[in-house]
Amino acid sequence: MNVTLSDTITLSVQLFALFNVAALAAVSLVWLERRFLGRLQGRPGPNRVGPLGLLQPIADAIKLMSKEDVAPGSSQRLLFYAAPILVFVPAFVVWLTFPLARDVVVRNMDMGLFFFVAISVLSIVGLVLAGWSSNSKYAILGGFRAAAQLVSYEIPIITMILIIGMLSDSLDFVKVVDAQATIPFIAVVPLAFVIFLIAGLAEVGRTPFDIYFAESEVVGGPFVEYSGAHWAIFFLAEYVNTFVIGILGALLFLGGWRWPFGADLPQVASVALLMGKAYFIVLIIFWIRGTYPRMRIDQLMAMAWKWLIPLSFVLFLAAAFQLKFEWPWWVLTILSLVILVVPVIVQSRKQRNPALELAARYAANAIVVQAKPRPAPAVEDAPVVTPAAEGTSV
Amino acid sequence: MGLVLFYILGGITIVAALGVVTTRNIVYGALFLLVSLMGVAGLFVVLFAEFLALVQLLIYGGAIIIVILFALMLTRETDFSIATEHRRWPVAAVVSLALFGLLASSAINDSSLYNSDRRSGIGIEELGTGLFENWAVPFEIASIVLLVALIGAIVIGRSGDEEDGGQA
Repeated sequence: MNVTLSDTITLSVQLFALFNVAALAAVSLVWLERRFLGRLQGRPGPNRVGPLGLLQPIADAIKLMSKEDVAPGSSQRLLFYAAPILVFVPAFVVWLTFPLARDVVVRNMDMGLFFFVAISVLSIVGLVLAGWSSNSKYAILGGFRAAAQLVSYEIPIITMILIIGMLSDSLDFVKVVDAQATIPFIAVVPLAFVIFLIAGLAEVGRTPFDIYFAESEVVGGPFVEYSGAHWAIFFLAEYVNTFVIGILGALLFLGGWRWPFGADLPQVASVALLMGKAYFIVLIIFWIRGTYPRMRIDQLMAMAWKWLIPLSFVLFLAAAFQLKFEWPWWVLTILSLVILVVPVIVQSRKQRNPALELAARYAANAIVVQAKPRPAPAVEDAPVVTPAAEGTSV
Repeated sequence: MGLVLFYILGGITIVAALGVVTTRNIVYGALFLLVSLMGVAGLFVVLFAEFLALVQLLIYGGAIIIVILFALMLTRETDFSIATEHRRWPVAAVVSLALFGLLASSAINDSSLYNSDRRSGIGIEELGTGLFENWAVPFEIASIVLLVALIGAIVIGRSGDEEDGGQA
């Protein structure tokens, strides 16, 4: 293990570049989200600072940095300030293994997918600590919600990553992309992409899964007591994580920098292709945010444990069978659609719709509406009301 | 370089482990445990066992510490003020020293096993072949044991629920 000075310098430069790429991506998402949501809702969005409002995130950042940084007097001060860093560091460390094109990567590992899984889990500790150290009821409730939600949705997302590892016969991102030169994995296992996207939304806490910092329920969750720069770190980490889901989806399901061209493009074009796919997935995430209302916490947990986890295990088995008996790839496509469609049909048959049932009973004249006869007033028990008492009794 | 890292990480691990048993605040204790386990993960990296290091991060950092924190944060610090004052600590010290001696002596006696000149990690393919082909049966038995433990925990948890229901 000989580490020379030049190695160290190269690595430092790479890390610095990576840090800036990730931060820029996050800042671009802030602008994109606000503009895109504005477009979805028929309003302009931020359009005053700079052309098309492009400088708005910078103005926001300056505002956040110049705000007073307040900590509650009864908070655990050390942990209170450590928690944002604990959330922020894993969000950046996972970028180490993401290849943006062939050879455009800080460290390619033969277990890159597993590295992502292992590192990303660590940010939960930061959220729980942020909740506890704030010494506030809303914060600790939000911290518990975060732990429950993130641990639950880890399972489907890890299972999906495992399926991709099985299909591409490697946990190395470059080999995963190479395996999709002609057919991207979204065509092979469409259900896996759907589960990955839903669980990914829950992992980064985007609407409709922003239960743990839902303003209407727990005010701001673990972040409620934070302000200024420390809150900005949480905010930045959230957007970095959103972009990580985009890049991961592009690498694992949309063929990275290879599909649809098959061969490798020049490096700049490869990076552009991958980034385009990543931004496409991010736009889907924003679109979902603009469309669906927030779920309740019990619906959220039911979705993970009753739907996503069983579906992902069944899909895992289907992928194993396909690989074991060497069926052609489209068999897995059909299997994955069947796995999705059958439970949905069964569930929608079981689902009761009280309003429709009532309407059907009215239509069948099962309910006859008639005026009930009024009960006769009980004359004996009623107090005798004299005109004089009537005026004072009320 | 590797040796320096080894001593730094080992020092962090030991100091954090001491912190677990000496700190008064139980949540800080859990956090010291996290630091200690992360130090062990770092030691695995120095010893070219990257897969073990990542498993350590995933299982301990991601799952076990979260569950411990979850349970501890629902308690109050005052609940444990007496629990740490009991008089049986010499017994605990003897037991832990004996266990340490046993592990250390066996490690020193068999040091030839660990002191190989290997300077690269075991590839993940090699590991997979080992786990799922050569040692598939012990692996499956271990997972069945875990499943049994899980079901046992559910049974114990549910029986508590029924008693509560009976009283209410």
